[in-house]
Parts: sequence; C-alpha cells; structure tokens
Amino acid sequence: MKLKELESLLQTVDVFEEPKAELEQYPTGAHVAAVMLHMIEGSYQDLEGHFVVDLGCGTGMLSIGAAALGSQQVLGIDVDADALELAATNIEEAECSCSVDLLQASIADLEHCCPRLKAHTVIMNPPFGTRCKGADVAFLQAAFQIATHAVYSLHKSSTRGHLQRLADRLLGKGRAQVMCQINFDLPSSYGFHRERSKDIQVDLWRFQTAAS
Amino acid sequence: MKLITHNMLSCHIKGVKNGFPFKIQADKVESRDADFDPQFLRNIFGRIEWDALRDAAASLGVDNLPQTVSAEMLEDDDFLQAFHHALLEVTLEEGALICPETGRKFSVSKGIPNLLLNEDET
Repeated sequence: MKLKELESLLQTVDVFEEPKAELEQYPTGAHVAAVMLHMIEGSYQDLEGHFVVDLGCGTGMLSIGAAALGSQQVLGIDVDADALELAATNIEEAECSCSVDLLQASIADLEHCCPRLKAHTVIMNPPFGTRCKGADVAFLQAAFQIATHAVYSLHKSSTRGHLQRLADRLLGKGRAQVMCQINFDLPSSYGFHRERSKDIQVDLWRFQTAAS
Repeated sequence: MKLITHNMLSCHIKGVKNGFPFKIQADKVESRDADFDPQFLRNIFGRIEWDALRDAAASLGVDNLPQTVSAEMLEDDDFLQAFHHALLEVTLEEGALICPETGRKFSVSKGIPNLLLNEDET
C-alpha cells in the first residue's frame, strides 16, 4: 500500500472529541501515523503477517494503520473507555475488526494483567510525559517487556538525549535509533525541518528488543 | 475479544496466585473471517497455552480442538484451520471474564474486556 493511500484511509479515523489532560491525550494525526507505519514496514517489515501491540491506542489510528498494512493480528490497549468506544467504531468503519482486538487496561498494570503478552512488534504514540511525569518511561518499560523484536515509538525531538540515555539503561547500548523526524502539526511536510520550532517535531524511534 | 487475547490475560487482583486462565461467561459470541496464515499460526503456537485455548473455545461453542497437541500437527491443514478459527475468528462480544480463584467478574462489553481494578483490589 502506498503512503498516500494509507494516509487517506487514516483520514477517515475519528480522533478524540474531548482529549483528557490527565491522560495527556492528543491525537496521532493521519499523516504522522501513515509516515510512521509506512516507514516501519518499508525499512524492517515488522508489521505484515505479525502480531502487533499498540500501547495507548486511543481511538485506534495506529492499530487500524497496522492492520491496513497487513498485520495478522493487532491488540490495541488503552485505559480510557471513551477512547476505546470510539476506537471500536473506527475499526468497524475501517472494516478491519477481523484483525484488531481492544483491551481496557492500565499500562502500569500490564506486567500483572498480561504477564504472558508477547508480540513481534509494539507500536505506540505514548504521552510525552510533560504533564504526567514518567508516563513515557512507563510506556517504554511495558513495551520492552512485550516486544520480542522491536518497539516503534514517537517522542518529542527535544527529549532525544533523555530517550537515548533511557534506552541505553533499559536495553543496552546500540539498541536504539531515531529513524526519522516528523512534523507533528503540519500535514503536508515531514523530514528534517530545522527552521521549525523544536516542540512540534517528533522523532520516530526504533528500539530493538531481540538479542542480535 | 478474540481467544488469542484471552490466552494472554490474567487476573491481577492483589493476593491472587492463580489468575490464569480466566473462565468465560459468554452472552454474545460472533465469528469474523480472518485471513488464514499458516506461518503466523506456526510462529505463535509456542506461545499459546493449549488447555486454556481449548477450554475457552469450548465455552464459546467451538469444540473441535484436540485434547492434546504436538508440533507435528502444525503441518496438518485440518488442524491449522481449527486452530485459526478458535484463535483469530471466534470473538466474545458481550459477557465476562471470571477470575478462576476469586470468581471476580471483569465485564466484556462491545468486545472490549475491562481489566481495570477497583482501588481496594490493588
């Protein structure tokens, strides 16, 4: 599937009507999601035919995109019932309910309520951790437990150094890389736009969890 | 909720020792066609607790899974079809997951299990 096709499909996915500040909810736009997923599949083929987990799936943008790119089974997990209800509708409308399942659970609880959960790939657009301190770390720790091969995650470019140190500590050196920088706000542009203010640039990270 | 998901969930109420697998109260069961991918099934087979899958499938009305399994069966098309159907196609739309130790029910509504705990359970 071409990037443009994926992006137009994802433009039909409804996002949060009333984002909840305490959960640091903000929508993953169709453009960001399409660029992210297209690059993951194009570079590493970590979606098609695999079991994929989407942590903090919100209204299902990344889950639906992964299913569209051929993931055999996607499990979207979120703590928020309202987001999940909308996700279920989105999944139904995108006609991919045969390959996406949803679960309401707290990310911090996953090691207890899903101790057996293992997936080839974890994809996520986690809270940046600016309002809920440490939320980004909790998501990464959960993701590293679940993924048998790789974790793909979006983080503010301004936190690149922090993320690198965190990954070095949790995974060991050489297991984390920034695949690209994506403009979070402007739908028509992505790549390296140094002139833009840093806080609207996000990095697509790849964390390798399999022993190489 | 598909049974691949069920196979990975445990009751995590504080103090519970044997929270796996959840028993299932099935109020509404559906089936959706999923793409048949033998390689996916072979890859995931080692991660599936067979007894839990077989019993869960039976509680959703699917009772054609064999009692015991072996890796050789992954070359048998009839077995793969049955495994595929139970794992990825049958889905619980409405009902509950019941903790095998305490009997605590976690609702499944519109296909989504809610595993959030009350404050006094953590």
